Amino acid sequence: MNTRHLSIPTTLLLLVLPGTAHTVDISPGAMLANSCAACHGTDGNSPGAIPSIHGKTADFISKSLKEFRSGERDATVMGRHASGYSDEEIKLIADYFAGLK
Amino acid sequence: MKERAMSNINRRQFIKMLSSTALLTTSHGVAALSRKPDSSGRVVIIGGGFGGATCAKYLQRFDPMLDITLVEPKQRFITCPFSNAVLGDLRDIDSISHGYDAHRKRGIKMVHALANDIDPAKRNVTLNNGDTLQYDRLVVSPGIDFRWDDVEGMSASMAEKIPHAWNGGPQTILLHKQLQAMRDGGLVIIAPPANPFRCPPGPYERASLLAHYLQQHKPKSKILILDAKPKFSKQALFMQGWEKLYPGMIEWVSGTEGGRVTRVDAEQMTLYGELADHRADVINFIPAQKAGVIAFRAGLVDNTGWCPVDQRSFESTLQPGIHVIGDASLAGAMPKSGFAANSQGKVCAAAIVSALHDSHMPEPSYVNTCYSLVGPDYGISVAAVYRYSKQQGIYKVKESGGVSPMNVDREFREKEARYAHGWYASITSDSFG
Repeated sequence: MNTRHLSIPTTLLLLVLPGTAHTVDISPGAMLANSCAACHGTDGNSPGAIPSIHGKTADFISKSLKEFRSGERDATVMGRHASGYSDEEIKLIADYFAGLK
Repeated sequence: MKERAMSNINRRQFIKMLSSTALLTTSHGVAALSRKPDSSGRVVIIGGGFGGATCAKYLQRFDPMLDITLVEPKQRFITCPFSNAVLGDLRDIDSISHGYDAHRKRGIKMVHALANDIDPAKRNVTLNNGDTLQYDRLVVSPGIDFRWDDVEGMSASMAEKIPHAWNGGPQTILLHKQLQAMRDGGLVIIAPPANPFRCPPGPYERASLLAHYLQQHKPKSKILILDAKPKFSKQALFMQGWEKLYPGMIEWVSGTEGGRVTRVDAEQMTLYGELADHRADVINFIPAQKAGVIAFRAGLVDNTGWCPVDQRSFESTLQPGIHVIGDASLAGAMPKSGFAANSQGKVCAAAIVSALHDSHMPEPSYVNTCYSLVGPDYGISVAAVYRYSKQQGIYKVKESGGVSPMNVDREFREKEARYAHGWYASITSDSFG
């Protein structure tokens, strides 16, 4: 909406009318997954040597984290991170990244 | 307006009405409003380092309708992480300098001024340019200040001769110049402070990368670490690396064996210890630390010199409505690091958005990783995942974390060095990009 073309009284009315409130809910998945961004980049888009996780499927992320956690997959630091998350939390993280556009 | 009517609308709506009315009588352009017309609240953030910059960005991501102002004197922020790589000649200072264009593009208002004072009762911040900023929530992320008086002979002006280089910027450049000018065969002393201080592995990474530089250019030189502490972060890993890469170049003296510095004589370039005096060519004396000065002015600091907070939301336990993040905060088991500040910035942003919308905040989760370069191709790390409980505050998840393994092959250390650089690229883009 381009408010510049509205008359001043209309604009004023719009600005003071209640109903502009919106709700914002932060999901548990976002809370957990935002931790990953410091190394993997915002939304998993890494600009450097650390692999990007943006655009990966939930299955891929979930499987990778579980393999890092068990030690089945070699890692430098990921084993030490993945061991901090339960199965349920891994699912939340994986679903969050898979759901990003 | 009568008081009774005032109680029926909230303060925010009232101010919104006032500012809308006032500005519309003088200006027809809605864009000229100093405040977002439909904003869901005004958040002011003091300090544009890893904590403040990240918090501003994630506040905007969580709620694009917020009115967010980031107050930071510098146009470009020079990071403490990787400043040791500048000292060791692996990087230049530009590569560790970051502007705020991305924040501006997100609609975050950048104010390049110094916050002089906070009035918690009136909920405003006074700047050194004379302006006053009103807030609904305030985030203070001021970083550290130094306890100059802890050691005799030390002062802020002495740091122009014996730099601490514990903030990225002019001090980094000064120490770099001194190292470049030093003769071959010179002695460099690094004197790290007692706990708690910013970047626990930092002094030892610094010793490592200075040794790398000296080995290339001034191989007869030596490094002496006079430590206030009896042990340090990633100690075994650092010492293994030093023995491998720089045998005989770095000597570390424990705080229990004469390492603690009791007096500084900058003119004589001498540090006095409990057992001996040490004269050096270059001295990097890192003073003990406390929360940044604005935290003291606003009454956010307790007798530890740091800021006690509700570790779930980072809201000050001394001043409601004000959140403190990063090095200045008392954040339970988390270390004082850029990574920790980034993580806390996100949790704090979630807490503020949830509070302003009266919505449920998910259980916080925090993380930290500190990479250190022992050499250009030799990296080590320490990492942990953290959670919150009412009893413990922020605690480390028991199963998580730890340091890099000892005695691994070269490939492993090379990989961690590569990831250290990758981490820097990622965290600076996550915080400033």
